[in-house]
Order: sequence, then C-alpha cells, then structure tokens
Amino acid sequence: MLRIADLFARVEEKEIIKGLNLTVKPGEVHAIMGPNGAGKSTLGNVLSGREGYEVTGGSVDFNGKDLFELEIEERAREGMFLAFQYPVEIPGVSNMEFLKASVDAKRKHHGQPDLSAVEFMKLARETSKRVNLDQAFLKRGVNEGFSGGEKKRNEIMQMMLLEPSLCILDETDSGLDIDALQVVANGVNAMRSPERSFIVVTHYQRLLDYIVPDYVHVLANGRIVKTGGKELALELEEKGYAWLENEAV
Amino acid sequence: MSDFQQQAIRLTAQQQPLVWLESLRAQATDAWLAQPWPTRKTEHWKYTPMQGLQNTQLKALGSAAKPILDSAQQNDLIPLDAYRLVFVNGIFNAEHSSSLPEAVIRFSHANAEQQALIEKYLGKIVEGERHLFATLNNAWLDDGVLLHVPRNQRLEKPVYIVNVVTADAAASNQRLLIVLDENAQAEVVEHYCSNLDAKNSFANALTEIHIGDNASLQHYRLNMEEEQAQHIGAVHVDLQRNARLRGFALALGSRLMRVDYQLNHRGQGAELDLQGVYLPRNQQVVDYHTNVCHWVPHCKSNEVFRGIVSDSAQAIFNGRIYIHQDAQKTLAELSNKNMLTSNKAEVNTKPELEIYADDVKCAHGATISQLNANARYYLQSRGLSRAEADVMLSFGFINELLEQIAQPVVHDYLQPRLAKLFGRDNSLIAADVLAELADD
Repeated sequence: MLRIADLFARVEEKEIIKGLNLTVKPGEVHAIMGPNGAGKSTLGNVLSGREGYEVTGGSVDFNGKDLFELEIEERAREGMFLAFQYPVEIPGVSNMEFLKASVDAKRKHHGQPDLSAVEFMKLARETSKRVNLDQAFLKRGVNEGFSGGEKKRNEIMQMMLLEPSLCILDETDSGLDIDALQVVANGVNAMRSPERSFIVVTHYQRLLDYIVPDYVHVLANGRIVKTGGKELALELEEKGYAWLENEAV
Repeated sequence: MSDFQQQAIRLTAQQQPLVWLESLRAQATDAWLAQPWPTRKTEHWKYTPMQGLQNTQLKALGSAAKPILDSAQQNDLIPLDAYRLVFVNGIFNAEHSSSLPEAVIRFSHANAEQQALIEKYLGKIVEGERHLFATLNNAWLDDGVLLHVPRNQRLEKPVYIVNVVTADAAASNQRLLIVLDENAQAEVVEHYCSNLDAKNSFANALTEIHIGDNASLQHYRLNMEEEQAQHIGAVHVDLQRNARLRGFALALGSRLMRVDYQLNHRGQGAELDLQGVYLPRNQQVVDYHTNVCHWVPHCKSNEVFRGIVSDSAQAIFNGRIYIHQDAQKTLAELSNKNMLTSNKAEVNTKPELEIYADDVKCAHGATISQLNANARYYLQSRGLSRAEADVMLSFGFINELLEQIAQPVVHDYLQPRLAKLFGRDNSLIAADVLAELADD
C-alpha cells in the first residue's frame, strides 16, 4: 500500500521530517502519535502534496507508484485521502457541487462514467445520513459556517464518497466533543476493510479507544522513535512523550 | 461641445414629446449642450473610455425597426410572475407586456393626478449637474414608467421592466420613476438586454426612486447586453425615515456600460444594502460609480461589489461614502473585491470616504485578489485538477453574492447563466434539482 523510506522534508528551510520510515500494508490501521512540533501534520501535507512542503530525501511508494511523481489531484484519484485537521471554508462553492465534481474526477480517472445528478444526490443523501449530517449542509458553501464537528463529519462524508484505499486522518479528533468523536469513529470503523488502510494521526489516546489501531508509532523530532501495539498508546497517555524524545536524540 | 451632443439633440426631431414635459425637456436640452463632453480630465469620467460613444453615429431615437421579440428572446426573459413591461428599442410593446395594476402607468397615459405626481418628483431626485447623461435623459424624455405605491400598500407582484435593443445604431431612452409612499412595499426588476444586431446601439436609462417613511424596496438592475451595445444609466434614490432599500446590480459587460448609483439617506433610521457583480470579458468595459450620502443621523449602508475581469476587459469601480457633519451614529461599509484572470485585464478601483461627523462607524476596502491557495489545495486534494479548482473558486467568488439574492426566481435565472460563463455544468444548481433535494 504505502512504503515511506528514509524521508526527509522541510518547510520554509526548516527540516521537519528527518529520516522517516513507515510501511503500511492493506487493511492495517496505523496510529501516529507524538508531541507538538514532531512533524505529524507535516507528514500528511507531504504525502498529499501540499505546496511549500519540500521533499529533500527519501522515497514514497504508493500502490506501486512513485508518489512524488503524482500531482495533488492524481494522488487523490489514485486513492489517497487526507482528512484535514482544519478543513477550509469555501463560501460560494456549493458543497454538493464540490462533492460531485470530486467523485466524478475519481470515476473518470478509473474509466467510469459520471454519475447523473439524481444518482449522485441519492448517494450524497445516504452518505450524509451515515455521518449524521443534516442534508441542508449539502446546499451550503463548502464548510461554510459549519461547526468544528460538522466540518470533521463532512471530511468523513467525503471519505465515504471517494472510497479511498489509504485514508490519512490528521488530528481528526481535535475540537470534537465525545458525540462527534463517536460519529467520526463509527464512520471510520464502517469503512475498515482488508483492502483499505488508515493512518490516524493524533495527539491523544482518546480517539484510539474508538478506532483501534494495529500499530502505534511515536513520531518525535521528525522520525519514528518507537513502534508498538495498541497498548503503547496507553503507556504514552500515562507517561507522556518526554522519555521517548530523550531516546530520539 | 462634442458632435455626439449635437447629434443627440438632432435626433429629438423624430419624437413627439408630451406637452406637459416640454419645459423639462427644453431646460435639459440647453443644459446638455452647455456641458463639456467628458474626457480623461473630467473627474468622474477619468477612466471611462468615451471615444467610442463619441464616434457613434446613431440612426434613430426610439424608432421601432423590429419591435417584436423573436421566440428565443421571449424565452430568455425571466420567468417571473410579475407585472411586465417590455420596451423594444425604447418603444413600449403591448404584445409582450402583461396587464398592469393601477400602481403602474406610463407617462404618456398618466391622468392629471398622476401627471402632478410625476412633475413633483421627476428630475428632482436626480442631481443633474453632476450627471451629464441624466440631463440627456431629460432632454430625450417622451415617455417613461411611473410606479406609485400608495400608503400602507404592498404591490402584489414584482414589476418587471425589460428593455431590449434589437436594431443597429438604435438610440433609446428609458425612464423609470418609483414613488413609494409611507409604509409601502414593492419589488422591481430592471432588465437590459440586446441581441447581436444591436451594434453601435446606445441606451440611456435613468431611474429615480423615492422611498417614503417606513417604506421598502427591492430593486434589481441587470445589464445583460451583448458585446456591441453601449449603455449609460443611473439610479438615484432618496430614502426617507426608516426606509429600506435592498439593491442588486449585475453587469455582464458590453462595449461600454456605465451605471451610477446616487443613494441619499434623507431620513433617520434608513438602511440600504447594495450588492453588485460584474464580469466583463473580451474588450468590454464596465464602470460602476456609487455615491452613498448620509445627510442625517442613525442610518446604515452596506455596499459590496465584486468583479472578475478577463481577457482585455476593463472594470472601473468608484465607491464614495459621504457623511455629513449632522449624520452622527452612521454605520457605513463598502467593500469592492476584484479578480483579474488575464495579464491584459484592467481594474481601476477607488473607495472614497468623506467623513464630517465624529461619532460614526465606517469601513471600506478595495482589493485586487488572487484565488485562495488553501482552498485550491483543498479542492485538489479531493481530485479536482488545478484548472477545475480555479473555475470553481472563481465562480464561488461571485456566487457568494448571488446566493444572497432575495428573489428566488431571479436567483434561479441568473445562477446557471453565470455559471455557464465559467464553463460550469449547472446540473446540480438547477432549480428543479435543488427543489427535489429540499423535498425530504
């Protein structure tokens, strides 16, 4: 699915990712935890291809393709999905139109015809119900005036519509109350399958009570410094990150 | 004095003016001929290219070369359940118009009482000295439309006034006078269009509006002419105590379009919202000059104009807010945002704030902006190409204002048409699709 080998990346001349290795196989759920400033969000941005994030070394293989040869939108069409920590509000752009355009873009890439307006709307309605998002949101501008929880549910809804093979959740739990967290987690769990992998980036162990990972990695100073099973998250919750950061240096 | 000014007056020989408007016409004729032709050195016309109009040879004033609309033109009217008046090349066309309520009358059919009302307001709301083409409108005056809503009445349907230009080098004069008495309500849509035959045409359209105490008006002015049309117009409004104006202006662009809004807060507690969208392409020119004057305390004004200028087109926006020393507790906002999509496109935007009172809250801003890079990244991360994302974001930039159009039929008419200009497939924003979605 995904093989990251000795990745180095920087933002504005500052090295953030410093020799990161990670292999994700189909069907696995990997949690990446770590202190603030460790490079957690940078990893998501580098993988999705955001401008301003410069890869200075290493390689990433995504389903047999060199990820860095692909444009942002090609990565998405090939099955990568980044659920944003802070989804952007785009007033004036209808959420429904945006969703249809993105679904059609992916279908076209895979040689499938566009969905008709009616087919798409049925699908969109069903999906919005699954994430408990009122249908009125489909008619609003993209994320316009959505609460934090509504924005995150909209991200999960997009994930469901696009059916990616690799989902990267960037601190999706931040700013969520417990009910919204459950909706998001249920959405993710419903999508788990032997063909689909997840990278769950989070600062807190709480989310991992709901989305149970196969592996937990600790990211500190731009590298993965420790890997374990789900019980590692509990240990981190108890001890904090400091003892590992010291190890990393 | 220019040739155009003389030519304009020669054309009046073709008209049969109304006797009771003779003196207004005569005064205006003298004033029009006495004023200098606007050039780059004329303050309010600095950026407006007037050479093309100056060189235009007009053939006829209000002659109906082809007074009937073909079926395509008829189908292109806004499907509004409204009191409809259609003018073709400036001439009223009964066939395409609906039956009219008592509140709507053409000047040429006004009874003595209505004539008195017209004479009371006509030419009084407009400030002629500053508005050369308003003077010409008076000089060319041979008909017009009066909408008069008496006290405490609400017009049942909107008034929809269509001005179509279909003839080569046609000159047309359009005049609208709206008088809302105390606590009256109305909705008016002015729709200007032309077909491809209307090369070198020139329309001069002037609207005067009196909004009485507690009265409210929704007003739309839609300029949707073809490439070769020329249009100069103005909307002059007096708002009395607690009056409310909600205005929307649209310009798709033509060879020359210049529209002035003169908005006067004359009674305390009045409020106005004015929104505008302009989308000039090719070699088109769009010029909006707005002047909001707060003469009295406790009034509000909020003005938002957005434009996307493409190809070698040119947009001019001049937004002035004047706050008189007596106008304490004024709240006034003005925002003008522009986007340029080509290196040859040009925008001249100028907000002007003149404040002579000390206890007011004002904000103004004019920008020439780029598409939001974060928004573009977000759309791309969902599989849209950069080009698709940019189209979607550009349309979104103006759609934000379209979404606020209060009249749903006007909204549903404009949105897909404008989306089409951006190459957007409108299957999902079509009214019937949205209605279906609203059903459950």
